[in-house]
Amino acid sequence: METLEQIKARVEQTLPPVKLDILPNECPAGERSLLVAASAGFAVAKFLRDDAQLRLDYCSNVTGIDWPDKELTEKTKVKQVMDGVEKEVEEVKKTLRPGFLEVVYHLYSMELKHGPVVLRLRTENRADKTRLPSLTPLWRGAELQEREVYDLYGVIFDGHPDLRRILMWDGFKDFPMRKDYVAPDDFEYEPTPHDEVLDAAKKHYPVEAKPEVKPEVKA
Amino acid sequence: MNTFAAMPPKNYEVLPKTDESGTPIGELLEISMGPHHPSTHGVFRMDVVLDGETVVKLKPVFGYLHRNHEKIGENISYLASMPYTDRLDYFCSMTNNWAYALTIEKLAGLAVPERAEYIRVIMAELTRLQNHTCLIGFFVQDMGALGTPMMYAFREREKILDLFESVSGARMMCNYMRFGGVRVDVNDEWLAQTKVLVDGYGKFLDEFEAFLTANEILLARTQFVGVLPKDLAISASITGPMLRAAGVNYDLRKVDKYGIYSRFDFKVPVGEHGDIYDRYMIRVLEMRESIKILQQALRDIPAGPVMDAKAKLRGFRPKAGEVYGRVEGPKGELGFYVISDGSPNPYRYRVRPPSFINLTILEDMCLGHKISDTAVILGSVDIVLGEVDR
Repeated sequence: METLEQIKARVEQTLPPVKLDILPNECPAGERSLLVAASAGFAVAKFLRDDAQLRLDYCSNVTGIDWPDKELTEKTKVKQVMDGVEKEVEEVKKTLRPGFLEVVYHLYSMELKHGPVVLRLRTENRADKTRLPSLTPLWRGAELQEREVYDLYGVIFDGHPDLRRILMWDGFKDFPMRKDYVAPDDFEYEPTPHDEVLDAAKKHYPVEAKPEVKPEVKA
Repeated sequence: MNTFAAMPPKNYEVLPKTDESGTPIGELLEISMGPHHPSTHGVFRMDVVLDGETVVKLKPVFGYLHRNHEKIGENISYLASMPYTDRLDYFCSMTNNWAYALTIEKLAGLAVPERAEYIRVIMAELTRLQNHTCLIGFFVQDMGALGTPMMYAFREREKILDLFESVSGARMMCNYMRFGGVRVDVNDEWLAQTKVLVDGYGKFLDEFEAFLTANEILLARTQFVGVLPKDLAISASITGPMLRAAGVNYDLRKVDKYGIYSRFDFKVPVGEHGDIYDRYMIRVLEMRESIKILQQALRDIPAGPVMDAKAKLRGFRPKAGEVYGRVEGPKGELGFYVISDGSPNPYRYRVRPPSFINLTILEDMCLGHKISDTAVILGSVDIVLGEVDR
């Protein structure tokens, strides 16, 4: 199979305004991946599927990843003149990387028996702009897996034929695979809660303060 | 007091049936098949709309066994996920272990000793034998052959589970493999017992096939029923015997050559029509190929250690990076996608479940067939709900 650089060059040549990024993988045995802007995702995926040299006709794995806001610290060594002596001082630069959701597609070719090409799409943020193009019209095999990503991560796939919750029940509000999801600690019913369970239950259902009943004292 | 108020809601609905101009011409019946229907192999539900007895719409409903396996995997250490993988597809814990171990070995750059590779192949092929045998037993039962064929299948499965038990301590939840090898070595006595079983398995298959392969009822119920076309099978990411029955030669043991599969001489059976009968036949032929692999592995297995000396069980922290590893499980491509951020727990732990993805085209296979055929079609997909719902 072609290298990722060759694939990138050919995609950019065929679909002119599209720019791809190759994301490194620190694991030597793992594959690097292609990052595509959400708006061009469908066109690039279609190219990868239909191109005669690639023929990536088999979308093996579709999954989501949650990347919450993260403070990145970058340490740089800066030369400073202090009291007439030049010294090397470490300067810590902090930047905030805004969070996003990522959908990863592992593409193989059954016809030519090669792969994988790892395709990544990212949403703008984790709150309100979580729309991505659905690749189910290209690979039917993404149908249930995209539904699962929607269910567990909250990515909304435009063009998906049947986007409903799949593992959680209809009417469930949250997205359990997100990193900041807090599981309700009262999901197991206990008829007589005690100790930690009672404390947790109190947090959820504030117990009404009842007036203390004093025993009557006979005069 | 109205006693009917306490009764559960009815699990059927009568819908109007209209022709193209919208005039009512009859009624459709929507029924809920499952989640406790015996032929759903667990807790799985199908919303079926029927015109008479013919299926006009079918929607699978998942999630009854959902426990968010992936979230659990992100909150525990790498090794602690190993016993959890047994619970995915509880028929094939050995191949689940192997898929996970293979992925983490790729991530951490661990080598596997020669003897351990052979033991893994032996375990995986024994798993394939017992899974396919049971599956045939189950799906013949779905066709109405109650009891006897399944008991024949389970008799053979028991023998294999006894072998698993004697080496790993557990019959189904084996938890046998580790990153960089296998947990305990097998002894010569075990290998001799396995050889006896493997050599006798062909005879059992002959006997099994004599009852089934040319059986008139089986032919009538399976031939040209639930046909899966080749193009749709590829597009819908179908893997395993289902894919090969549709006529696609794609077996990861040949394509990826993971482990030491390149050393064995075996063939990949490929079907022609993609119907249920082909799926049945592919599984029988695959078992015969598995016997060949097992005979070669038992003949060639060398002596030596079964764990990589560099492998660390406690305090295991692979370097940052991501990896996707996959093996040919009995049900299809079982993959694990793991992202490490250098901490003791994986940042992302994903299971690519073959039987879940193989259900994508359940509706396409069932449309136009009778309601009684859906049970057989579902049986031929070979699902385990522990893996479907995770």
